[in-house]
Amino acid sequence: MGTVLVVAEAQPRHAGNMPALAPISYELLGAARRLGGDDVVAVLSGTEVRPLAGELAAHGAAQVYVADDPALADYVAETYLPVVEQAICHAQPSLVLLGQTANGRELAARLAFRLGCGLVTDCTRLAVNAGTLVMTKPVHGGSAIAEYVAEAPAALQMATLRPRAFEPAGRVGAKPAAIVGLEVPAAVVAQAAERTRVIETVRQVSSGPRLKDARIVVAGGRGVGSAADWHLVAELAAALGGAVGATRAVTDAGWAPPSLQVGLTGATVTPDLYVAVGISGAVQHIAGCAGARTIVAINRDPNANIFKHARFGVVADYRQVLPALARRIAELRGD
Amino acid sequence: MNVVVCIKQVPDPEIPPAQFKVDEVARAVVPPPSVAPVMNGYDAHALEAALRLKERHGGTVTALSLGPPSAREVLKRALAMGADRACHVDDPVLYDADSWLAAAALARAIYRIGGESGRSGQNGQYGYDLILCGRQASDTDAGQVGLGIAAFLSLPALSPVQQVEVIENGRLRVERLTEEGYQVIDVRLPALLAVSSEIGEPRYPPLRGIMAASRAQIPMWTAADLPPLGRKDDGDWPPLARKLRLQRLYQERREAACEHVQGESPADAGRALADRLRQVGVI
Ligand SMILES: Cc1cc2nc3c(=O)[nH]c(=O)nc-3n(C[C@H](O)[C@H](O)[C@H](O)COP(=O)(O)OP(=O)(O)OC[C@H]3O[C@@H](n4cnc5c(N)ncnc54)[C@H](O)[C@@H]3O)c2cc1C
Repeated sequence: MGTVLVVAEAQPRHAGNMPALAPISYELLGAARRLGGDDVVAVLSGTEVRPLAGELAAHGAAQVYVADDPALADYVAETYLPVVEQAICHAQPSLVLLGQTANGRELAARLAFRLGCGLVTDCTRLAVNAGTLVMTKPVHGGSAIAEYVAEAPAALQMATLRPRAFEPAGRVGAKPAAIVGLEVPAAVVAQAAERTRVIETVRQVSSGPRLKDARIVVAGGRGVGSAADWHLVAELAAALGGAVGATRAVTDAGWAPPSLQVGLTGATVTPDLYVAVGISGAVQHIAGCAGARTIVAINRDPNANIFKHARFGVVADYRQVLPALARRIAELRGD
Repeated sequence: MNVVVCIKQVPDPEIPPAQFKVDEVARAVVPPPSVAPVMNGYDAHALEAALRLKERHGGTVTALSLGPPSAREVLKRALAMGADRACHVDDPVLYDADSWLAAAALARAIYRIGGESGRSGQNGQYGYDLILCGRQASDTDAGQVGLGIAAFLSLPALSPVQQVEVIENGRLRVERLTEEGYQVIDVRLPALLAVSSEIGEPRYPPLRGIMAASRAQIPMWTAADLPPLGRKDDGDWPPLARKLRLQRLYQERREAACEHVQGESPADAGRALADRLRQVGVI
């Protein structure tokens, strides 16, 4: 395996938070180092991201390309693509890794087709077998697992990695960072604005811990019944000090914003405790929560698939279970 | 506005997990005999978005599918839902295409649709203004083909999209989902958008539509009927080729070891659950 280039991501910026790398960046570096050893480089785009270059270096990137530009404040593929292309041109990697995140999914596909290379999205495993890179990903929602290899030997290969599927990189000690600044040419910015211009960025997150990082998640499904009953899910989450999640059935119905969706096409979460309320346990939902240490299911259908994934279950109408459960938790926690 | 919607036929993703079977030797899914394949869910959302744009702003909706003869069923459904016409690309050399091959074939077909439509649309040369796809197909779960088509046709592209509105001739207001909410983006046409389910429930085809669609003539194109893409600015058009090979397809077995917590009443069970979770140190 030659050079592995990691396309790192910074946490979305909003009022009050400091620049930080998104967790996926550490996972990408972890996977890259297991494949590429010391031959790992990273690229990071955004605004006020230059201070994060050292953090990437400290976690194993021998070289860090940084494009720190107010024009990159909002992610749009049209401006981010040329940056990553410059890094690829300079580093000549044989493998480019991105996160299977909202932005990584889009950027990876745009990039692969521009560069004419193969891409496997949403990988849960990467391995080199007799010199060949094998990229493993769930398909059919997670009902089956597929292993892909390049059709013909290729100079460049790309993959996106499912969040939380790869061990994050640890610190490698204080390594001097070789930082290469990249520019976004004014012509690129102008052309991007003509094609796709961000007018507004809307945040729709609930209060409490962030869904993706929460140690406890209480998620509701269609079985919650209506938007009016949704507060029962929120109250249990509050009693546990956890975040609220939802199935696609719920976000499509508008009972909760799309940013709370857990699953294949939503967030991947790996909390210590995942409480599934009125959720049938479709493979596409399980794809986002299977990494939870303990899954608890409350569902009135004893045959619901969720019980195949749960460690503890209650077969009953959630409306009668949740208030008593929340009260008892509050008692046990002594508040 | 002229819209082309790319639609894939897929195995029904909602079959009970116990019925899902894989033939490891053939590296293929074995469809349960009683369950018919369906229109990919997100493609139905894309079609719904196209039909709403047509209702509001006029124009045409063309449904395009790449797949074996059975794919004509999803095209008929698209016509029944309200698409004006359908095109079917069917060639054994394109079966089991990877994302690259599928996008290359569909881009060529769209290029041909643009040339054949006879109307220049608002954007002269293209003959289509907007291409819509689903954000991903529920079989491969790759999410690449739409964005690949955009790359082949040098179009701006966004994914995943939850809302589309026309703001003025030649520009759209699009909402693109992000991890924490969404972006509102002003997009120039022609463009490609990969649509997500937040756009709204796809309509059911009316009986009248189903009757008419069952009699519809749907042209079928083979790979040889697809024109090489002649108008790409930078370099040659990519060949109809694959980049990836599926080397293995298998299922993972899961153990069911759920401990059912019971009580005199559901509320009682709720309290017992809390106690049990405390006992094992989860809370
Ligand atoms: C390509 C693709 C991607 C997808 N991505 C996602 C994704 O990212 N996330 C996701 O969640 N889904 C996703 N889906 C949808 C998924 O297939 C399921 O349709 C969805 O997860 C079902 O949501 P649900 O469990 O809330 O609803 P249902 O399947 O309708 O289940 C409702 C459950 O509630 C129970 N119930 C009803 N009333 C009560 C009550 N009073 N008390 C207790 N229990 C009750 C029922 O027994 C049932 O089990 C995707 C689908 C496709 C095809």
